[in-house]
Amino acid sequence: MSAASTKARGADPIILEPTGVGASLRRIGALLKRYIYLLRSSGIRLVELIYWPFLQMLTWGFLQQYLAATTSPLAQAAGVLIGSVLLWDILFRSKIGFSTTFIEEMWARNLGNLLISPLRASELVAALSLWSVIRLSVSMIPVAFAAYLIFGFNLLDLGLALAAFFAVLVLTSWSLGLISAGVILRYGLGAEELAWSLAFLLLPICCVYYPVSVLPDWLQPVALALPPTHVFEGMRAILLEHRFDASELWWALGLNAVYLFVGYLTFSRFLASARVNGSLLQLGE
Amino acid sequence: MNERVNEASREGGAPTGAAESVPAGAEIPAKVRDLTKVYGTVVAVDRISFTLAQGTTVALLGGNGAGKTTTIAMLLGLVVPSAGEVRVFGADVSRNRGTVAHRMNFQSPYVDLPARLTVRQNLTVYSGLYGIANAAERIAFIAEDLQIGPLLERPTGKLSAGQKTRVGLAKALLNAPDLLLLDEPTASLDPDTADWIRHKLKDYAETRGATLLLASHNMAEVERLADRVILLDQGRIIEDETPAALIATYGRETLEEVFLDVVRGRAKQASDQAEPAAAPERKAS
Repeated sequence: MSAASTKARGADPIILEPTGVGASLRRIGALLKRYIYLLRSSGIRLVELIYWPFLQMLTWGFLQQYLAATTSPLAQAAGVLIGSVLLWDILFRSKIGFSTTFIEEMWARNLGNLLISPLRASELVAALSLWSVIRLSVSMIPVAFAAYLIFGFNLLDLGLALAAFFAVLVLTSWSLGLISAGVILRYGLGAEELAWSLAFLLLPICCVYYPVSVLPDWLQPVALALPPTHVFEGMRAILLEHRFDASELWWALGLNAVYLFVGYLTFSRFLASARVNGSLLQLGE
Repeated sequence: MNERVNEASREGGAPTGAAESVPAGAEIPAKVRDLTKVYGTVVAVDRISFTLAQGTTVALLGGNGAGKTTTIAMLLGLVVPSAGEVRVFGADVSRNRGTVAHRMNFQSPYVDLPARLTVRQNLTVYSGLYGIANAAERIAFIAEDLQIGPLLERPTGKLSAGQKTRVGLAKALLNAPDLLLLDEPTASLDPDTADWIRHKLKDYAETRGATLLLASHNMAEVERLADRVILLDQGRIIEDETPAALIATYGRETLEEVFLDVVRGRAKQASDQAEPAAAPERKAS
């Protein structure tokens, strides 16, 4: 095709139907393309995705080896610490992937352009959610493979439960990401710290490295109300007692449905509030 | 038959003369009625009404804080009105923005495109968001038209202010919008580039029959582009005229002098000194 004919064919845009599922999928795809371009534009970002979880895994892996050599009970718990850190990283990295991708639009002063386009808020959320899973895969698959090579810990030993654990943790991360994004929309980049710290609030309560029974009695119901707690309890049951308690997972999925609803409601309300108080006009660094 | 639409004149005796002529039955790109925006105790926009007829270029003029950007933001759906109504192509923007967003676009030097993406990547992403089926051809056409072909593979963040403005305009014209909103489209550009942008905007409006609404502080720009000027002061419409009629009404040589009269509170005095023939013409319409 000649340049002239290409130009002629572009004189008028062919605009596809703006409503319906197909249109939504196209717009979600366009945003995903934007995130892929962004990741490809920086090798450092790509390395950084793997760097921190890899360091975490190494640290806890060596600690586990040391403890296993010196204390008998922990020697039986081979892999628990590495398993904990890998599963925690699924939650943490997915949450960070969701939040930082959203914040990136504000840093880039691009959110205004997005929000005046035909993109809908639900499509933005869907794109952020999908992208958090893609980022997570880029991050965690190499690290899980390295854990196998270095420490002989095979995450796949968790079997089918791994897929369920993964789903629960990712769904929780979306809820947290939605709440962070909503607060940042409403209060601006001053609330950015929330994006980084919200997941850490869960770290001591959802019993990543120790069983729920360690917590004081009054805190245990709080822990059990958090979906990730059931994942970490479930993982320990598999690795230490070789039993899989499916009811734990059903509880976690049920709780996740509630948290996702609350997360989306928070995001929607804060977005509506940002439209009312005019804060979308001042978004940016 | 032409129906004289003069919404502004209904409101508090706001003096209007050039309020848009809209052919009966013609599609109205934008209609604003009793539009009000209050932030806390500050009234940013105070019961303004106007209609934009197809194929016209209308300038919103006013000092800082007059309500120009807030008005445009409400037309775009970025800000929700406190009272009143904004209809774009018949759709209530607060409720049904999604049905008309693909027919609008916006350019402002204060809203960026992602800096790390190349120009082509940014235009590709926005083609997806606006549902443009012939994206590659459209980008090629726009690139040639706006002379950004050599910039397509460069990161957007590395461009000069003038180049960024052209790229921003390319994004705004991708979907060949029927209604194009511009917030100070030539701010911080050298006179040559600014003139070139004005020429392109005028050419676009004429060849496409598109409607343009621009907020600007550049009076030469307004005189060159606008068929009609809406002067805002403290959120209220104080004049709605053609540039020539405004100059005549105020008895001044240029629109800049009129603007200075208005923002310095000399409107009434200057008006009183205007030639006798001008004042009745303004009040008669």
